[in-house]
Formats: sequence, structure tokens, C-alpha cells
Amino acid sequence: MQVPALLRRVLLAGAALALATPAGAQRSGEPIRVGAVLSVTGPASFLGDPEDKTLRLYVNRINGAGGVNGRQLQLTVYDDGGDANRARTFATRLVEDDKVVAMVGGTTTGATLAMRPVFEDARVPFISLAGGVEIVEPPQPYTFKTPHTDRMACEKIFADLRARGLSRVGMISGTDGFGASMRGQCLRVAQAAGVTVVAEESYGPRDSDMTPQLTRIRNAERVEAVVNAGFGQGPAIVTRNHAQLGIRTPLYQSHGVASREFISLATPQAAEGVRLPAAALLVAEQLPEADPQRRVVLDYKTAFEKEFNQPVSTFGGHAYDGLMILVEALKRANSTDGTRLRDAIRATRGFVGTGGVVNMSASDHMGLDLSAFRMVEVRGGDWRLVGN
Amino acid sequence: MRGRLSARHTTLLGLALVIAAVPWFFPSAYYFRVAALVWVSGLAAVGLQVLMGQAGQVSLGHAGFLGLGAYACALGPKLTGLPVLACLPLGAVLSGLIAFVVGRPILRLRGHTLAVATLGFGMLVTMVLTGENGLTGGPDGIRIPRVELFGWRVRGAETWYWIAGGALWLGVWLALNLQDSPSGRALAALHDSEVAARTLGVDVARHKLRAFVVAAVYASVAGSLLGMMNGFVTPDAAGFLSSIEYVTMVVIGGSASVPGAVVGAALLVLLPQALTVFHEYEHALLGLMIMLFMIFLRQGILPGLAGLLAGRCLGAPKPVASAGARA
Repeated sequence: MQVPALLRRVLLAGAALALATPAGAQRSGEPIRVGAVLSVTGPASFLGDPEDKTLRLYVNRINGAGGVNGRQLQLTVYDDGGDANRARTFATRLVEDDKVVAMVGGTTTGATLAMRPVFEDARVPFISLAGGVEIVEPPQPYTFKTPHTDRMACEKIFADLRARGLSRVGMISGTDGFGASMRGQCLRVAQAAGVTVVAEESYGPRDSDMTPQLTRIRNAERVEAVVNAGFGQGPAIVTRNHAQLGIRTPLYQSHGVASREFISLATPQAAEGVRLPAAALLVAEQLPEADPQRRVVLDYKTAFEKEFNQPVSTFGGHAYDGLMILVEALKRANSTDGTRLRDAIRATRGFVGTGGVVNMSASDHMGLDLSAFRMVEVRGGDWRLVGN
Repeated sequence: MRGRLSARHTTLLGLALVIAAVPWFFPSAYYFRVAALVWVSGLAAVGLQVLMGQAGQVSLGHAGFLGLGAYACALGPKLTGLPVLACLPLGAVLSGLIAFVVGRPILRLRGHTLAVATLGFGMLVTMVLTGENGLTGGPDGIRIPRVELFGWRVRGAETWYWIAGGALWLGVWLALNLQDSPSGRALAALHDSEVAARTLGVDVARHKLRAFVVAAVYASVAGSLLGMMNGFVTPDAAGFLSSIEYVTMVVIGGSASVPGAVVGAALLVLLPQALTVFHEYEHALLGLMIMLFMIFLRQGILPGLAGLLAGRCLGAPKPVASAGARA
């Protein structure tokens, strides 16, 4: 079964050797190979599926418009099913067998960290679509990422609190990966942001009532706001309980619940006035005309929704950003050599994506600042852009 | 037919030849990586074969021990300062002990109850690995330091291919020896009928427990190797789906056959790689092929094919009893 493919590969390798061109030399006509390992199926498919669709859609569009540097893009997508071990195998396959010049993928932080050494060893640029801070901190020479981090979400929430003259916070977090990670980051940056965490509570992923925890927070000394680090249905229950208990201090949720299901699960009445940091994509139509992201975000939203007839998600947006950063870097470098391409990605300045305006440097392989997050408030069962 | 070599030696020789010969056909390091994965998964499957095929007990939590082995290599150096490699036997001993303690009450159960109890064990391990964020890194996983041997850093798929291949060969050798020992015959007896075995004077509980501990140690070693090879591990290595995969490897390869487990592992590791060309249909095709194998080669691939061959050569197909079909 493998033999013909094998034979062909051996012959190809021989032919390549015979023609031996210097590394990274341009060969017009030959496609530029781009790889992606995504969790298209499995527990993280709600992230991986829009990423996969976005990459395919935009690679087709780019190729339809003449490709990059006169060459077509050739996209190879592998599905890791949410398994980090499988992701690593596919990463090896992309590097060794498919000979990709760069990778845009890595749906979860676990898969990204498992694959990172493969790309670092091979000196192939790797733009990850996962959230974890540890992907780019400390920065690895060839690894980048597009999504904002939970630390930035904490900072955004705290900045908004301070702008409202509040500083004493009661924190309630889920014990799942998302909640636990964000909790840690929030506690780390609280002091620098001028915020004191005066009460801290947690809940399990399947808990159905958070009244006791919220009561304890309410009874803590001079609590001025409640911050909920969580994902899934926990935050909706917290929101409902918060309203039922008649707690008047403002409630902040995380970027993890920035979807319409959250409002309907929590009920619009209970969610009224809840604030959370979200990507510009969530409030695309409300962005002012002068906003640099407005056009990009609206274009992506329209293109995605027209093609797939399903609502756009920020996760697909991360894939869009990753692919576009790569394409611009390919143009600037005018080369597919790993190190030159890496330098070009690192030199990304003022790139306007769905996740924010990206300014990378040797020490910052994400390149987003707090303006990437928009503070939104639930009003009348819908999101409203507030402040900045 | 096989001259003076016993079936056991033929198998061992064949495996050694395969391990030594296939790299000649590898065009890139990716193939070494996949083959190394086959050997490592094969090692875990061979251990499970001792429990399932030889003792006739089902474990749906086998990956739990795999996870223990992998995390031993991640946490051991961090907590005790031992070199990574030393944590492999440490993890194996730990897994064996846990299997011994957990196995005693669990192995009193039979059939479905036993399967559910082991399932619970696997889930427990995953929950602890996911929940103990501070220690295990939670769902995002944890890094495993690179292995150093005499000051030389072991890396690269090719090196791991030989290490994993060697480990598998040793594992198969031990499993085959066990199968041909008095213990193995006791296991075979209780596999066919616990009541009959007990009547014949076999200490059923003790032998079952032994097989369980052996399987756990195999899984732990495989987990450690997998972890060191990847330099990284996430809790899904210990998860339910991965447990099911190992059970499938044993059953599809032929649960009565030690090398069958390796064939099953090869199939389940290679098929997803070969089927990626079909994109969306990948999973459907994988399921279909597994079903077809089970329908047409009911005893598993290796015993099934051996039976077909023997039938063709001798003219008359021999009925293959579960304990007798040893390839």
C-alpha cells in the first residue's frame, strides 16, 4: 500500500538532489506548502472546526487572487482529534514528509506545547492558535501565537474596574483548565493593576448552584465587584445566582463566555449589566467607523457566514489572523527559508487582524496589547460596546 | 514445518527481523516516529494481551497506568531530582503497586462489573491528572525533560525507534515466556473456565492479580517511553478513549496471540495516518475497516490469517480454540 508512494518519494528526493537548489530559493510555479494540525474533531472541535473552515476558505481566496509571490498556497490539514500525542506525530509528518514552510495551527495549548519542539528543531515557523501564555513566554525562536491570553483578560477587567473607581474584588472561578489558569493569572496581575482580591471561591465544572460561594463573597468586607473566571455553563449559573441573591456589586465575566448562548443560559434579565472583555468580532457592527479593525472584522464575518451559513466565532478569527500574518511575512521575506520567514513574522508591525492590531518583536511573539479586548456589557439581551 | 525452531523462537526472530529491516524503507524521520509509536503502543498492547488474552479479564482503564508511567517521568525529576531515565522503573514499580492494591478488590468482580471497575480507575487517574493543576499542569499537560545517557542527549525519532523497538522485543519475549510457563497455563485454564481452573487447584484470584500487575507494569513502561519520546504529556494519554484504543489493538490483532497485539497496534497507529487523505470520511472509514476485520477475521488478524493459511495448506480447516490459537 505504501510502496508506490514510497518509491515516488525516493525518486522525488533523488530528483530534488540532482537539481539541488540553494535552500529557500524561489521556484516560481511550485506551490508554497503550509501545514495545519487542528482539533477538527473531539472535545475541542468547537475551536478546531471554525479554524479549519477559515483556513480552507482563505487559502482558496488567496489562490483565486493569484497566490503569494506568484505561487499558489498548498494547505495540508491534519486532525489531531484533541490528542496531543497524535498532534505531535502529525507535526513530524508536516515537517519531515510534507516539507511545509510554516505551520498555522495547534488548537489547544496542550497540543501546541507537544508540537513546539518539532518545529523548533526543524526551524520551521509555527503560529499557534491556542490561548496559553506559556506558548510564547519565554519566547521560543520559531513559535508565535495569535489569540489573546487570559492574563490580558484579567488586566482588561481590572483596568475597567479602576476606571469605575472600584478596587476590592471577590473572585469566583471554575476548577476546570480554563478557570484555573485564568484565576492564577488574575491573582498574579491584581496587585500591579491596583486591585485587591478580598474573597476567593471556586466551583466544580458540574456544580449547579453557586449560591453559597456568592453569599460568602457578598459577606466579605467591602466587596466592590465580583469577577468570575470560567467557561461553559458555570458562569451562566453564577450570573443567575448573582441576580437571585440581589447582589448589587457589578459582575464581570471572562472572554470565555463571549457567545450568545451565555446570555440565553443566564437569562437576559439576570445577565443585564454583566460586563466582559471580548474580541472585536463579537461587536463587529457596533465598532465606530474610525476603528482600524472595523473593516477587517466585518469582511471576515461576512465572508465566513456567507460561505458556511453559520455564525462566526473568535476561534476562526485566530486562524484568519495566523494565516494573514504568515502571508504578509512570506511577501516581505520573498523567501520560504525558515529563518528568514521567522524574521519576517517577527517584524510584523501594525497588522490589523480580527484579534487586534499586532506588533511583534524578538521578545513578544504575540504582539497584542489590551486594546485587542473590547469591554462589552449585556443590555436588553444583547452585547453593547462600552467605554474605550 | 518450522524445523527445529519453536513457535516462540520463530516469533521472536521474526519480530527482530522486522524491527531491524523496516528502517531500510524509511524515506524520512516521520516514518521512524510512526514506527516508534507502533512499537510503544505495541508494548502496552502486549501487556494488555497478558490480561485479556491469557487471563481473559477485560480492562477499560489500561491507559490509566500508561498515564502513571508518563507522569512519573514528568514529575519524578521535578520532585525527587532523579534523572528521567531512573523514573521509568520508578513509575513501573509504582504502577505495579497501585495495580496490586486496586486489583485485589476489583478482580473479585467478573465480566461487565470488572470492566466498569477498571473503567472507573482509568477515569480517576485522568481526573487527578487534570485536576491537580499545580502539580501536573492540568489539562494543558506537562513537559518531560530530555533523556540524557552518559552525557549524551537522546533525541530524534531514529534513536527512539531503536529504543522502543528494543523495549518491545524484550516485552514480547517476556510475554511469550510467561505464556509457556506454568503460570501461563494456569491463566489459560482460568481464561476458559474459572470454575474448572479452581477445581484443578489453580489459585484463581492470585493468578488474575498477577496478570493485572504485569499488564500495569507493561503499560507504565510504555507510557514512560512515550512521554520521554514526546518530551511532553497531557492527561488524554490516560483517558478513556486511549484505553479503548489499546483494547481494540488486542482484540483486532487477535487476543489469544502475543504478536497479534503488536499487529493490532500497528494497524491502529498506521491506519489513521494512511486515511488522512479522505478528510471528513477518515473516521467513518477507520470504523468500517475495524468492523470488517472483526467480521471476517473473528479471532483477530494474526490467528485468523494463520488459521486461513493452515486451512489452505492442510486442506481441512482446523477449528481454532481460543486458548490454543497461539501464533
